[in-house]
Amino acid sequence: MSSSCRRPEHMAPPEVFYNEQEAKKYSQNSRMIEIQTQMSERAVELLSLPEDQPCYLLDVGCGSGLSGDYLSEAGHYWVGVDISTAMLDVALQRDVEGDLLLGDMGEGLPFRPGMFDGCVSISALQWLCNADKKTHSPPKRLYRFFSTLYSSLARGARAVFQIYPENSEQLELITAQAMKAGFTGGMVVDFPNSSKAKKFFLCLFAGVSGVLPKGLGSEAADRAVSGQAQFTAQRSRFKHMKGKCVKKSKDWIVEKKERRRRQGKEVRADTKYTARHRKPRF
Amino acid sequence: MKLLTHNMLTSHVKGVTKGYPLIIKATEVKVNELEFNSQFVSRMIPKLEWGALIQAAEWLGQSQDLPSTLIPDYEKDEEFLRKVHRILLEVEVIEGSLQCPESGREFPISKGVPNMLLNEGE
Repeated sequence: MSSSCRRPEHMAPPEVFYNEQEAKKYSQNSRMIEIQTQMSERAVELLSLPEDQPCYLLDVGCGSGLSGDYLSEAGHYWVGVDISTAMLDVALQRDVEGDLLLGDMGEGLPFRPGMFDGCVSISALQWLCNADKKTHSPPKRLYRFFSTLYSSLARGARAVFQIYPENSEQLELITAQAMKAGFTGGMVVDFPNSSKAKKFFLCLFAGVSGVLPKGLGSEAADRAVSGQAQFTAQRSRFKHMKGKCVKKSKDWIVEKKERRRRQGKEVRADTKYTARHRKPRF
Repeated sequence: MKLLTHNMLTSHVKGVTKGYPLIIKATEVKVNELEFNSQFVSRMIPKLEWGALIQAAEWLGQSQDLPSTLIPDYEKDEEFLRKVHRILLEVEVIEGSLQCPESGREFPISKGVPNMLLNEGE
C-alpha cells in the first residue's frame, strides 16, 4: 500500500493534482525537464515520421509543452490537449509554438477525421485508468479516447504513448481497449532489466500494421526468447564453476559492466586494459 | 487558438452528428508573426475544409480577398500560400467563445485556449 500512495493518480484527479505548485516544477525543476525531454525524444523517434516534411501532430496531455518544444525543434506543428489549466498557463508563459486546448481525453477528442500525422503522449494515459467521478468507467473512457483518436489520425499514422503502468492488469486494460478501437501495435519496453531506466511505450498504428520497433537495451531479453542455442567465439572462462566470481577479478568486473550496460547506463567499452592493475611502484 | 485548429475542431457533445464548423464569437483577436513554411501550408491545404476557413476568416474580419473556392495549382502560387499561412497560423483568437452549430453549446476561449471540457451527461 505504501508504494501505491506515491502514485499521483491515487492522490487526486489530474485537474486537481496538477495545480500551480505542481505545474511550477515543470518549468523550474531541471531534473524533471530533462526526463520529460528525454522521453519525448524517444517517443518522437518511435513515431518514425518522414524526415524531410513538416508534420501536423497531436500531443495528448501536453502539460507545460516540454514535449511540444521538442516537436517544434524538429520542425513540426502540433496541437496540445490537457485537462489542467495550471499546466496550460505554464505553457502559455513559456510561449510554446503549438496551439493549446483544454479538454479531457476520456471525453473523446473533438477533431475531424484523418487530420493528424501522428500523436505523442508523455505520462498521461495512466490517468485514464482511474475513475475520479462516480460516472467514470475506465474501460469506457479509454475506448472513447482511442476510438476518437483512431478516427482523427491519418491512415498509416502512428501514436506513441509513454506510460507508467501500475500493474499488468492496467497494461492489459489499455491495450485491449486500443485494439478494440481498431489500432494494431503493442508495447515497446526500453531497458527492461533496469528498475530506474525502464520505460514503457505503447506504439499504435492506425490503418496499416507496421513492424514494432525494438526497445533499447533489450538484446539480452531477445536472446532468451529465441529457442535456438547461441554460439559465440568467446572462450568460456570457467567462471561459474564455483558460484560467483571473486570480487575485483576480471570476470567480476566484466560481468558488472555487462549488467550495467543492460540497465542502460553509460559504460566504457571492454578493452585489453579492462581490470588491469597498475604497477605497484606507481 | 489558430484558425488551423478551428478548422480541425468539431463539437463532441453527445447526440451531435456533425457539429461543424463551430461558430466563432471573438472579442479579442491577435496576429502573431510566424515563420512561413510553404511545404507545410501546401501539405495542409487538401486537408482543410476551405469553406469553413473562409467563413472563419470573415467572422474575424481577416478574409483579405481569399477566393471562396480553392484555386487549382496553389502549390506554385507563393503569394496565395503566404495569405493562407497568415490566416491559418498567424491570426489567433485570444478571447471569445466557440458555439456548436447543432446544440448551441458554447465553449469559452480564454487566453487563447478553448475550453472543450464537457459537463457530466453531455
